[in-house]
Amino acid sequence: MHPPFNILVQLLRGTVVTIELTVFAALLAFVISFIVGFSRMAKFWPLRAIAIIYTEFFRGTSLLVQLFWVYFVLPLFNVNISALAAGILILGMNFGAYGSEVVRSSVLAIPKGQTEAGVVLNMKPSQITWRIILPQAFMIMIPTFGNNLIELLKSTALVSLITLNDLMFQGKMIQNTTLRTTEVFGLVLVIYFCLAYPLTLGVRWLERKITVGRA
Amino acid sequence: MNTNAETAKVQPMVRYRNICKSFGDLKVLTDINLEIAPSEKVAVIGPSGSGKTTLGRMLVTLEKPTSGTIEIDGEMLWHKTVKGELVPADEKHLRKVRGNAGMVFQQFNLFPHMTILRNVMEAPVHVLGIPKDKAKEQAISMLKKVGLEAKLDNYPRQLSGGQQQRVAIARALVMHPKVMVFDEVTSALDPEMVGEVLLVLKEIAEEGNMTMLVITHEMAFAQEVADRVIFMEGSIVEQGPPQALFGNPHNQRTQEFLSRFRNA
Ligand SMILES: Nc1ncnc2c1ncn2[C@@H]1O[C@H](COP(=O)(O)OP(=O)(O)OP(=O)(O)O)[C@@H](O)[C@H]1O
Ligand SMILES: [Mg+2]
Repeated sequence: MHPPFNILVQLLRGTVVTIELTVFAALLAFVISFIVGFSRMAKFWPLRAIAIIYTEFFRGTSLLVQLFWVYFVLPLFNVNISALAAGILILGMNFGAYGSEVVRSSVLAIPKGQTEAGVVLNMKPSQITWRIILPQAFMIMIPTFGNNLIELLKSTALVSLITLNDLMFQGKMIQNTTLRTTEVFGLVLVIYFCLAYPLTLGVRWLERKITVGRA
Repeated sequence: MNTNAETAKVQPMVRYRNICKSFGDLKVLTDINLEIAPSEKVAVIGPSGSGKTTLGRMLVTLEKPTSGTIEIDGEMLWHKTVKGELVPADEKHLRKVRGNAGMVFQQFNLFPHMTILRNVMEAPVHVLGIPKDKAKEQAISMLKKVGLEAKLDNYPRQLSGGQQQRVAIARALVMHPKVMVFDEVTSALDPEMVGEVLLVLKEIAEEGNMTMLVITHEMAFAQEVADRVIFMEGSIVEQGPPQALFGNPHNQRTQEFLSRFRNA
């Protein structure tokens, strides 16, 4: 029997993997959100079509099945990818699909008069996007992005099913060997909460900071 | 101010030629021919939906004419000449000619994420390439002119409507356009704030240099400031010096419009 201290150490090792996974998948999702979100609004229709197909595909199929595809099916076609990379890729692409909707709707929420004011001041289209539209749209995105990030963190538990030794995976391993089910999964629950709650507070703080003086 | 005899000789600052504009099936402007002399102040009046805003927006490229040409200071706005032939202008050409024109909107359209100072500095720095400290100086002096030097670090939403509109005017003025469109700049304001904005407009008009196209429902203001008043309703119905147009309108539509206005 492991003393409880050992259990915690092993769980924390899994926690590091969970954090790693969350951070890299979030970065990927962030980049994809903007690329796909802006493609959805492009004048060039094939780009719009690709963006729509991308979004609908990832929203319309199960994340778990996608994970299995990348980790178990692709190797049959000689495409080998580590469990961590598969997790980052699929989580990033999924949350990128959701994020692209957030980007798109936030940009569209900025009144037309803002663009027009920029045009009349003779700004370039790129300046209007970067200096006028995006800073305002970004403020609208932040709360939803924050909630998506917390969702993402919780979704990482799914990658334990493709043998990645994250927090959930470690929990199951220890539970298997020690049979101290209540303690182990109780601790897992607490650790997930300890990860998510600061994020919640952080998002709220950011929201408040951003609206100061502008509300 | 300009008399008609003088303006006939110089090249107009603005020239609309055979301008028609439709939105889908809706014909909004028909055969507009209008010349505005340098530094002339033209007031445009007319009923709601008569195409006044559309007329102004075409001058700053926010609306594209269906047919006809527009010139600013002798240069085609929507077209350029290639080997003697008129071809549609590209973005580069539009930007070059548009630099001569400015516009102030009914709804201000200030940038809510920027302080007042940055609202006014933004275009001089990033469009004209003026160094920051110099642009700041110019912005502050322009904000002084509209009476808002105390609000530099505030955000637009912390200001009253009248103050916001004065910032919008300063923001347009620091670009030193040759011609400026003012589209009902007091219509969105509470009545007690109309005066302060009109006062600023009057000062600008009295400085004399800038050509102004002022779309307005403020008849007293138009009478006081304009060199010429245009009454339009899809096309130019009647125009003339303010005393003549307000005092002795010839066209029946103008008479009806003005009388409705007096009774309102
Ligand atoms: N982008 C657009 N699409 C379709 N119709 C438009 C558009 N812009 C203007 N219109 C229509 O064109 C007509 C003229 O509009 P415009 O805004 O120029 O009138 P206006 O004289 O400025 O009126 P108001 O005094 O109410 O401001 C109106 O019938 C309006 O509904
Ligand atoms: Mg109008």
